[in-house]
Formats: sequence, C-alpha cells, structure tokens
Amino acid sequence: MRQRRRARAGVVATLTAAVMAVLATAIPVTSAGAATETCGKDTKAIGFIFVGPKNDYGYNQAAYEGAMALKKEYPKLKILTAENVPENDDATRVMESMISKGAKIIFATSYGHLDPAEKVAKANPDVCVVQQGNFIKGGIAPNLGTYFGTVYEPVYLAGIAAGESTKSDKLGYVYAFPIPQTISNINAFTLGAQSVNPDVKVYTVATSNWCDPSKQADAANSLIGQGVDVITQHQDCTSTITKIANDKGVGVVGYHADASSLAPKTWITGSEWDWAPLYSDIVKTILAGDFTGSQFNDNYRVGYKTGTNPFVQSKYGKSVSADTKALIAEKLQEISTTGSPFAGPVKTQSGGTMFPAGDVPDYAAIEAANTVFVAGVVGDLPKS
Amino acid sequence: MSFGTELMAGAVLGGTPILYAALGESISERAGVINLGTEGNMLMGALAGYAVTAESGNPWIGLAGAALGGALLASVHGSFVLWRRTNQLATGLVVLFLALGLTSLFGVNYVQSTINAFQTIDVPLLSDIPVLGDVLFEQTAPVYVSYALVPLLWLLLFRSRPGLYLRAAGERAQVLTTYGRPVRLVQMLAVVGGGALAGIGGGVLATAYTNAWFENMVQGRGFVAVAVAVFAARSPFKVMAGAYLFGGAFALSPLLQVRGVDINQFALDALPYVLVIVVLVVIGRRGTSPAPEGLQEVFEGGASE
Repeated sequence: MRQRRRARAGVVATLTAAVMAVLATAIPVTSAGAATETCGKDTKAIGFIFVGPKNDYGYNQAAYEGAMALKKEYPKLKILTAENVPENDDATRVMESMISKGAKIIFATSYGHLDPAEKVAKANPDVCVVQQGNFIKGGIAPNLGTYFGTVYEPVYLAGIAAGESTKSDKLGYVYAFPIPQTISNINAFTLGAQSVNPDVKVYTVATSNWCDPSKQADAANSLIGQGVDVITQHQDCTSTITKIANDKGVGVVGYHADASSLAPKTWITGSEWDWAPLYSDIVKTILAGDFTGSQFNDNYRVGYKTGTNPFVQSKYGKSVSADTKALIAEKLQEISTTGSPFAGPVKTQSGGTMFPAGDVPDYAAIEAANTVFVAGVVGDLPKS
Repeated sequence: MSFGTELMAGAVLGGTPILYAALGESISERAGVINLGTEGNMLMGALAGYAVTAESGNPWIGLAGAALGGALLASVHGSFVLWRRTNQLATGLVVLFLALGLTSLFGVNYVQSTINAFQTIDVPLLSDIPVLGDVLFEQTAPVYVSYALVPLLWLLLFRSRPGLYLRAAGERAQVLTTYGRPVRLVQMLAVVGGGALAGIGGGVLATAYTNAWFENMVQGRGFVAVAVAVFAARSPFKVMAGAYLFGGAFALSPLLQVRGVDINQFALDALPYVLVIVVLVVIGRRGTSPAPEGLQEVFEGGASE
C-alpha cells in the first residue's frame, strides 16, 4: 500500500510540477510574498499525515479520530489523510500532494515529521503547517507551529494509581526512544508513584522501535522476570504489552488509548488522547486568518493549568480503591492550580538537582529540564 | 529466574518463529530454490494466523491458516522461478513486497481484533527440572511441536525416499530425471512446503508470542531466518541451534536493560544483524561452500533439469 501511495504521490507531484511550469511561463508573477500573513484562510481541504496505521489502538488512531471530528465540524472542507507516512522526505512529498489537492492546512502528526513539515512550510507560505509533539528551536516561520498537550500530567496521576497498586514496589516502563516527551513521561510516572510510595522503583526498557510487537513481548517478559507487577508503556501500538500483562496477572497502565477491554483482569488506569477540541481551535484560528502571531504559531503547549489538555485520564479498573480515586482527584486539582508534577525537590538519577525544594516549574521549564531520568528510575538512557 | 535462565527461555521463545521459517527455507534451499521472500511468507502467516484465529476462536485452526497463507505466497515464488525461469533472488524480493502490500491492505481490519491466543503450558514433571525445565518446558504448544518437528524433518530429509528426491533435485537434478522423477514438481513441493513452514513461523509470532497483528510486524526476522538456514547448512538440528542463538540475541537487550546494566543499546539492537554478517564471513572463509549445487547456478535463473 505504501508503495502504491508513493507511486501515486510521485505521479501527482510530476503532474503538479508540469502544470506549475506551464503556469509560471504563462502568467506573470505579481505578488509572491503577499500570502504569508493569511496562510490557510481560503483552504478547500485539511491534510493529515500519520506515521502509522489509523487504527493502531494508539497514537495514530487518536489523531485520526481528531481528524474525523473536524470532518463533522466542517462538512464543506475535505479531510485528506495519509497513513504510514515515514518520517523523511516521503512525508514532504505526501504533504505537497495534499497541497496540490487544495489543502492549505496541514497537520503533521508524528514527532519525526517536523523536518519535512518545516520544508513544506518554507516552500508554501500560503499553507499553515502545524506539527504535533515536537519542539522548534529558534525562530518559527509565520506559517508554522507545533502543538501538544502536557502529556506528563495525566501520566503523573496514573503513576499515583500504579504506586498504590504495586506490591513488589517495582513498576515497568517500555518505551521506544529517549525523546524529551518520553523522558518526561517516565519521570512524571515515577514521581507520581513515589508521591504515595517512596520505595517505588521504575524499571525501563527501550525497544528502539515505535511498533515491534516481538520486542515489546521480550521487554514485557524481562520486566515481569524482575518482579515488576505494574507495566506501562510509550509505544505506538499497545496491545501486545497490554495482553501479556493481563495474561500474567500484572497491572496495566495504558497509554494513548483506552485498552481496558484488552486487560479486563488487571487494568488500573491510563491516559488517552482527545484531540478534537484542540484541532478545532487550531482550524478556527487559521480560517479566521489569525494564525500568524497566534499562540499556535509557536510551540503551543496546553495543560491542566492553561486550558483543555488533549491528553485525558482513562477510566479506572476495578482494583482501584475509592481512596485512591479521591487522592488522584485532589492531585488533579492541585496541579491544575498551584502545584506541578515536578514541584521541587526533584532529584536526578545521578543525584543532581532537577528542581530545588519550593520550586514549581512552568511547562517550558519542565520541557527543558527533562533530558535525564529522575531518582528512582532503573535503566540508562540509550547512548548513541 | 537467573539471568542465564531467562536469557535461554527468551531465546527459545523468540527463536521459535525464526526456527519454523528457517526450517522452511532449509527445505526449499535443499531442493535448489532460495526464497528471499521468507519475510513475506512470515507476514502472510502472521496475518492469516491472527485473522483465522480471530474468526474461528481456535489458534490451531489459525496456524493451519498461517501455513496456507505462507504456502500460497510461496507457490507464487515457485511458479515464477521454476516455470518462468525468473531470477530467484529478485523474485523473492518482489514476492516480499507483494506480501507487504497485501498484508497491510487486508490486515487493517484485524489490528483491533482480539484473539484466544496460545498460552504458556508447564509440562508436568519436565518443567520441574532445574534450569532446563524453565527454559524448555514452560513454553507454548507451538514451541513443543517444534521440538518434534526438528528430528522429523531430519528423518524426512536424510532417511527417507522423498527426502532423497528432494536433495537430488537440489544437488544433481539430472539423476532425478534419469530415474524418471519430475524435478520441477519435487522442487515446487519443497518451495510450497517451505513457505507453509515460514507461514507457521509468522503465525506463531502473532498467536503465541505477541498476540497481535500489526503491519510489517515481522520486522526483519524473515531475513534472519534465511541467514540461519544458510549458516546452519540447511541441517535441521543446526538450524534449531542457530534460531535460538538469534532468539537470544533479540532477548538480550531488554534483559540487560531491566538490570540497569550500562550498555550501548543501539549496538545491542544491531547485534542479531552483526551476528549474521560475522557468521557468514566465518563460513565463507572456510572455503568449502555447503550449498547444494543447484544453488550455485542461482543467477542463471532457477535450478536446471
């Protein structure tokens, strides 16, 4: 399918190039840069690219569902979607082909889609390109932005449930790559668990892959072999680990989607996406012609303190007590107002200070500081 | 369990899908046909195994479906290579891409299905043996089947008349012709049978290991299986050892990570593939190629009659 799509994109690109060459010679170019201020305003379509399949029970599915919600909200706009778009120049081609079909709003939804997104934004000043989850360092073009939720906030709350649930004081975390988002999740999960159970250790395994079920199985088995009795993960496809944990009687904290049906026996809680409100806000801003200079023309992060976090708590499993639920509700209130999952003192794995006592860091400070694990995490960040 | 025990148990668990596929490739190569599309056969098997299990509720029926899926794809390879005389290596790769496309297209509907997967069965008495019991006898049913399959295939290849024909087709096709046996038919059966085994390997991956179907979930293990078949000289017992070696190489990284061992993880992840190259270099150095003679004509397009 990927092959075919690539071939089709190639044909479209060639045709587009040919048409543009004819137009360029036929029509004198008048005001090339004038469109920059109002990217995306007169769009006929909205393009979405996903790194994986749209029904992966995880990250890509959540983004796809967000796209479908836009379809309902804007029936006149075409929603173009492309699955399995690799994080390389193929992504550039797919986005260009969407633009040639009339899309002036592009959502590039994977972390590694940032480079292609930047290229497309630069080449098409009349197109608004927003990227999900990455962080642009330095100057941001007037038609570009990144957006994300403060994912680690619900993960911190789930960590509380995990810390209450564990009997061995050993939690397991399977992740793909040591990107900042993942590191802050692992740290927040650890801090949440420690807040109710200071002895807790979080054992980590990196799979170097967003979806290799065999490696996930190996990782889960290794963790269970160490006596881990609650497992969570940061992978694109989540069913393998969820099912293995359920089969072996190990607690499951979900990520990306509500997978409680896959772990009826051991589901604790989790975090899942609800992108629709944020996607809707972004599109509304663009259609009003207000994108440039707006909060979305930036590295936009929304959390409990600043608005509606697109990452929400999943439902609780039957093992979670009313006391734990009440405690989590209380903590949610706290980090939505005066507190933070990373409220100091937070020590790093090597004994340094991440945040001193009394410090309540803001979102930017948290994102900047999460390059190392906190104390209580077992496992090293992969070295290259 | 100790580190060593866990590593060996992980090697058997992760090595079994590779074992099935490498046994299949061995049969095919013994008959003189390389199938580089083994990865594709495994993908077909993984999807067919998962889908049929999801529909029927029985993983054994699922594995039958996996065998059928692998066999069907292999018959495409066999038809082209044996009757159209296409290049074996190129055809194998084309067939792989065909499988990638087909499985991602038809697999979409099964990503969210749940299945009644194979569960771990502790063999009475045997699983109580120290170390060995934990490693060999606390596994799933398809693993136990593979223990029996290896000696059976050895008997078939080296102690039976059909095995003799099969090897003759790969070594000295003329002999087989002299005896009035249809060379291409024998080769075709070997290719299809090998594909069925690779399909089962994929099915095991989906129904007894990961309990999931995802697009491209085999992730290169089919190529590892081809390498195992080559360096194990297409001999079932050596193939078994080779498959477990690679199963162990895949299992090593998470086992070290959960112990907080300071490792270069990217190097460890590359280990199985580095191992393939090292082993091939060492074998190449020995000078004598253990390949069936028919395989040495691979670039002329198929084994000759």
